[in-house]
Amino acid sequence: MKERTSRSGGREGPESGGTRPGFVLEVDRSTPPVLFHSGESFHLERLPVGSRVVYPSEPLNPLADPDGAIRHALLNPLGDSKPLPALLHSGMRLTIAFDDISLPLPPMCKPDNRQRVIEAVLDLAADAGVDDVVLIAALALHRRMTEAELRHMLGDRIYDAFAPSGALLQHDAEDPDGMLLIGQTAEGETVEINKRAATSDLIVYVNINLVAMDGGHKSVATGLASYKSLRHHHNVQTMQHSRSFMDQHRSELHSSNWRMGRLLAAEGIKIFQIETTLNTDTFPKAFSFLQKREWEWSARDRLSYLATSKSLERVPPRLARQIFQGIDSPQKLTSVQAGEVEAVHVATTDEVYRQHMVAVDGQADILTMGLPYICPYNVNSIMNPILVACLGLGYFFNLYRGKPLVREGGVVIMSHPTPWEFNPVHHPSYIDFFEQVLAETTDPAEIEAKFEQDFATDPWYIHLYRTSYAYHGVHPFYMWYWCAHALQHLAGVIVVGGNPKAVRRLGFKPASTLRDALEMAEDVVGGDPSITHLHNPPILMADVT
Amino acid sequence: MKALVVSRSLPRYAAAKVAGALAPSFSARLGPLGLSEIDEPELPGADWKRVYPALSGICGSDLATVEGRSSRYFEPIVSFPFVPGHEVVGRLDDGQRVVIEPVLGCAARALIPPCRACAEGRSDNCERVAFGHLQPGLQTGYCADTGGGWSTALVAHESQIHVVPDEMSDEAAVMVEPAACATHGALAADPGGGTVLVVGGGTLGLCTVAALRRFTTPATLIVSAKHPDQRRLARDLGADIVVAPNEARRAVRRATGSLEIGDSLSGGADLVIDCVGSQSSIADDLLLTRAGGTVVLVGMPGHVLVDLTPLWHRQINLRGSYAYGEEGPGTGNRRTFDLAFELVAHAGLDRLVSATYPLDRYRDAIDHAANAGPRGAVKVVFDVRGEKHR
Repeated sequence: MKERTSRSGGREGPESGGTRPGFVLEVDRSTPPVLFHSGESFHLERLPVGSRVVYPSEPLNPLADPDGAIRHALLNPLGDSKPLPALLHSGMRLTIAFDDISLPLPPMCKPDNRQRVIEAVLDLAADAGVDDVVLIAALALHRRMTEAELRHMLGDRIYDAFAPSGALLQHDAEDPDGMLLIGQTAEGETVEINKRAATSDLIVYVNINLVAMDGGHKSVATGLASYKSLRHHHNVQTMQHSRSFMDQHRSELHSSNWRMGRLLAAEGIKIFQIETTLNTDTFPKAFSFLQKREWEWSARDRLSYLATSKSLERVPPRLARQIFQGIDSPQKLTSVQAGEVEAVHVATTDEVYRQHMVAVDGQADILTMGLPYICPYNVNSIMNPILVACLGLGYFFNLYRGKPLVREGGVVIMSHPTPWEFNPVHHPSYIDFFEQVLAETTDPAEIEAKFEQDFATDPWYIHLYRTSYAYHGVHPFYMWYWCAHALQHLAGVIVVGGNPKAVRRLGFKPASTLRDALEMAEDVVGGDPSITHLHNPPILMADVT
Repeated sequence: MKALVVSRSLPRYAAAKVAGALAPSFSARLGPLGLSEIDEPELPGADWKRVYPALSGICGSDLATVEGRSSRYFEPIVSFPFVPGHEVVGRLDDGQRVVIEPVLGCAARALIPPCRACAEGRSDNCERVAFGHLQPGLQTGYCADTGGGWSTALVAHESQIHVVPDEMSDEAAVMVEPAACATHGALAADPGGGTVLVVGGGTLGLCTVAALRRFTTPATLIVSAKHPDQRRLARDLGADIVVAPNEARRAVRRATGSLEIGDSLSGGADLVIDCVGSQSSIADDLLLTRAGGTVVLVGMPGHVLVDLTPLWHRQINLRGSYAYGEEGPGTGNRRTFDLAFELVAHAGLDRLVSATYPLDRYRDAIDHAANAGPRGAVKVVFDVRGEKHR
């Protein structure tokens, strides 16, 4: 093992990672109202005395010399990998795959980690005389990205060097000539990945590891895979047996991807993994109060809050969406690891946990959470009701290690306007899923058995996925499966401020106010309930004992 | 006798049309319909019988008449004043319960020999509904000589009379006529094992769903219905996919594996049965039907302005479905009414009777029937069982 390269880049500030950790606050009479995100809005809520609020850590100090750290990582790989220059030679086929627009959230200010890393890789490839280089956006079944989005994440220099000649591709999981069947794992899981990548002498995969689930073998085994492969782990059974999917030691999703990744390695597919972590400096200055603890808000923060929230109440939802989707996050690189996939991922996970993990003692009867305007699948788009469910019950609920923040049979209360609104270009199959599937049942297993195959093979969805900017036809199913563990665990879900019809279609209950929601929840969990509020974003992961 | 009577009055028709746009109850108040004391109709011949209605339904075509929306096409084939009501269950003088098959074809009109259609058992296509010893009238309920169901007595030719089995309730029996219309529409084109879209979740739409399930074998039966209760009933009656009207295009596209081409589909439903008959529903029908497919209009359309380009380009068959007669060999050439009796009993269509009104409250009844969907109702009927007979 080599020394973790994140250290070599050094950190800004007096001490590496010298920022305040996350913690749990117990609400008393002097506690100010607590911030709840609610789509393109937010509000302050006074929680009952005795409630607990889980606050995220403050952003770690970023690397002072990110480019230096990247170069150092490429030259000093982890695990049994050789340094990247030793893997590059003239005449080879090199494929550089990279995470798509679902990461990070919100999209980061330029230069994006991917641009920094790929430029460094390309410099080394050029030094080695590698001519056959192709870049592939690892979309899996996500939507294709626009030129503007690609330029934002890769920079103009890379885009202009590769896109015009057709060397900048977006993975097409439905291209019959573009996929290669690699084989089956011992568990019978089909492994099929992008043919260009599979037939390359080397795949360099460039990650942004926003949360603990990202990266590792999942990068190639999911990002460059097809429906045939993905269905083995993107399913109800897997999600219900991942406790949680953010904890790789208890994640079936992780295990399946690892089996597939090891098969890829056994079949001779060489992967040089590069993983990067970010701090949680999530919002730009105008919104910086969103990531401060309320009792530390300055007069300026309070003014910003009032001005912003009042303005947002007055602007049409479409304009509010435009404003928020225009936010570029100032989050910064905190570490970069490169080399053999599993060794890299161990180090990366430590880094992610160092930023995100907050120790929490015990579960609550009720978990409250404010859902923001963005999730991995609505960048530059609309957060439709299915994505609301997925963000709350898929992502936020699963941001735990040990036990969920809410007890089995408890209630989750989340705030979001949950508009009955969809982006027809990005989410065409979501509309049908919402109108036709959820109208019939919200049971993930029944949905999977009865509807998944039809949606996954629907030629119109496939056409739109391949030629337009649509998520694959099966994608809304995955969003619903992401909720499967929470749906199994919880006795109720209440949405505060949501469109009542849309909320009911999801199988949840609408409430006008948090107070109403808490009363409704008490009907389920009993009187005098324990309440925990997940103060997220910025992202945190609860280590619940 | 007590009867609701439609009189020929152009000012009242005009008033009903204007008032109907505001509220159906206004059209009932201002329009051509009024409650009157009139003489019972005379028996036109020895083979006619007097029928004392028990229940009599309010149909979409009745509402069009009351609200002054009916096409002028009907003018030569109705006679004024007439008592509406063609969905009738009643009793004969001997107490026997009967349902009326209201078409006044050649048999009722004592026309010998009968027209070609009647000779073939297709009284729905009778060519003589304005001739013979009766005044013009395509059906009981539109003929000045026969009376109609919205009264305490009417007359019916023995060819129109169907005996109601003892085990069938009045509520079920009053659904036989609309069920027959729906059955005729459902059997108008063979969906084979294809995809069928039923447009509309009112009485006709729901009965059509039941008929399609009972007498045909569509692979996928989609229903678009506006109101939640209609959608629930459609599902209960056997629809595979039930959607709101604005979701129909996506539902058909998905069920047929079609691609979208502008507002149209590359493929589409094999058969669309339109139980609404509005301008927009017919226009949508043509966009949701596959090339070479069929659109059947069960709902009475009236004046519509529709772009027929897709009909031409996709070589779609557009056909009407009126009333009932004898169905095809697939049913053993059975009479539609016989099939309808079977359907009502099997599908439990009595559940579609949502409200009953006495004749005196006809304005409320009309208002309720015209707003049935939003009010969670389907079939509104007059209950004449409590009326005195003189």
